Amino acid sequence: MKITFTKLLSTSFLIMATGLLSLTAAAQNGEIARTPSGKPDLSGIWQAMTTAHYNVEPHAASYGPHPRQMGATSAVPASLGIVEGGGIPYNEQGRRQRDLNKADAHNLDPLTKCYMPGIPRANYLPFPFQIIQSTDVVLVAYEFAESNRIVYVDQPELESQVDAWMGHSNAYWEGDTLVVSVSGQMENTWFDRAGNHHSYQMVVEERWTPMGANHIQYEATMTDANTFTAPWKVSFPIYRHVDENMQLLEFKCAEFSEEFLYGEFRKEGTPIGNPE
Amino acid sequence: MNLKNLFIFSTLTALSGVALAQSDADYEVPITEYGQPDLQGVWNFSSNTPMQRPKKYGNQEFLTREQVEEAIAQQETRAAAADAIAAQRVVNPDAPDATDNPGGYNDFWLEVRGLGETVRSSHIVYPLDGRVPAAVEGAPRQYGGLGPDIPSTRPVRYVVGGIAKAGPEDRGLSERCIVGFNSGPPFLPSLYNNNLQIVQSKDTAVIMTEMIHDARIVHLGDKPELDENITLWSGDSRGYYDGDTLVVETKNFNGLRQTFNSTGANKDMILTERFTRTAFDNVDYEFTIDDPSTFTDKITAIVPMTKLAGQIYEYACHEGNYGMVNILRGERMEEQRAAEGGSL
Repeated sequence: MKITFTKLLSTSFLIMATGLLSLTAAAQNGEIARTPSGKPDLSGIWQAMTTAHYNVEPHAASYGPHPRQMGATSAVPASLGIVEGGGIPYNEQGRRQRDLNKADAHNLDPLTKCYMPGIPRANYLPFPFQIIQSTDVVLVAYEFAESNRIVYVDQPELESQVDAWMGHSNAYWEGDTLVVSVSGQMENTWFDRAGNHHSYQMVVEERWTPMGANHIQYEATMTDANTFTAPWKVSFPIYRHVDENMQLLEFKCAEFSEEFLYGEFRKEGTPIGNPE
Repeated sequence: MNLKNLFIFSTLTALSGVALAQSDADYEVPITEYGQPDLQGVWNFSSNTPMQRPKKYGNQEFLTREQVEEAIAQQETRAAAADAIAAQRVVNPDAPDATDNPGGYNDFWLEVRGLGETVRSSHIVYPLDGRVPAAVEGAPRQYGGLGPDIPSTRPVRYVVGGIAKAGPEDRGLSERCIVGFNSGPPFLPSLYNNNLQIVQSKDTAVIMTEMIHDARIVHLGDKPELDENITLWSGDSRGYYDGDTLVVETKNFNGLRQTFNSTGANKDMILTERFTRTAFDNVDYEFTIDDPSTFTDKITAIVPMTKLAGQIYEYACHEGNYGMVNILRGERMEEQRAAEGGSL
């Protein structure tokens, strides 16, 4: 093959440029923080930057609930989605249930009631969460509804005892990736505000891979033969809150869901909430 | 081991506390990989010790052997009486209760019999008489409980009971699943779920209660104080290690909870907690309440915590709060029937 000088020059330039870009990216990404024992240290305050919590599948912008009262503030923004391949492989019954959920999603969504979101939904809500990593356990504290979970590391003997809204999490390290198996989740949680759902049989395998100092590549594979024809996966980056003053605050939303849940039983004329 | 035997075992174990204390003097607190005293694990703070000291004990902080034996005898008498009532119900399950009150909890739920040290005469160690100090004049008082509602005005700052049933805000905070009756801070031994888990990392410690799954994040670094306009049900916690002790200072409470002992609104409260591991299976938990707008003096209490070889369970209170629906709906039905001239 004949290679001209111009092509060689162009190719060399491209290689150099690519190398420089990689170096720049590495410098920007920084080194992965590590614990004294050499494991990646995932501790910190993190948040996904996605609108997939409206709908994990690709979707266009649309009306939200109560457009007469809320106008554009309740509208649903478009999203590329986070499902690999685009769509969730529902079986027939699963898709029928999803459609029923979607038709009345605002009222049926467990988050409207301030119920705990389950996994993986907790990881892409528009709320920060904090990872506190110790050797035997990793605690993930979610600001939304204080939906916290303990991840047991290298303790496979600890199994799910009873179903829970946030499930039971067992983990191990695979190189620099924390692999978490989440089982025993209540069937009541959804994946988003669009009615995407699962059954009690779902097992979620999460993979948390640090890609630098300030972001983690997150993947979750859902297996649930009751609802899906095949396992399916979501993936998205999670970003560190780098403001050194950042901290989780409280969002005890039980209080804010009371009128939705119990309002029909309120004595007529009784004010909502405490006096100012 | 049934609860009664567990209580006796715990009490007798505590009687030999001097010997235990001597052996524990040699105890070396393990350290985390960051060189901090390792407080991690699941801990239980059940207790049968009263928070306030019975007046007959004066400034006596610990019970004598005779006083403990007397307490055991009283406990056994009460347990035998309860067993006799339960046995009668087995013989005749249809026997009417002595009262119309169906009761709230049976022995299955109760953790009132301590798992840890039981020879203290009270948890409160300051003031020295073990009693709650006088309240500041005008400090609000509000009393809840499992009995009939006691009319009062919102906000309801106590945890159990209610002032009315017009709306959920008329009920106690634990009935609303906003805070638990022992979710703290501070942690006060109560009926059940007296469990918490401590997790430590380089610059953070977390104290997560089973009750209401509250994970209180304690910042160990130099993070600046939170703006005073940001108030929280569980306050804002900053901490540091003092030797083998984790010291936690918490403020920015929202004023919608009582300070202590049915008194006050905790907006001005500064809470200092000290977690000290004294043995493999014991953490001494000490807390000091400083709220000059509520009490004329500080209050300090010590509650031992016992290590559990188990997991914290998810206490999904709000998700299962059928009680609130039934409380409010039942009241509306009563009102409706009364308006129609009938009764339930």
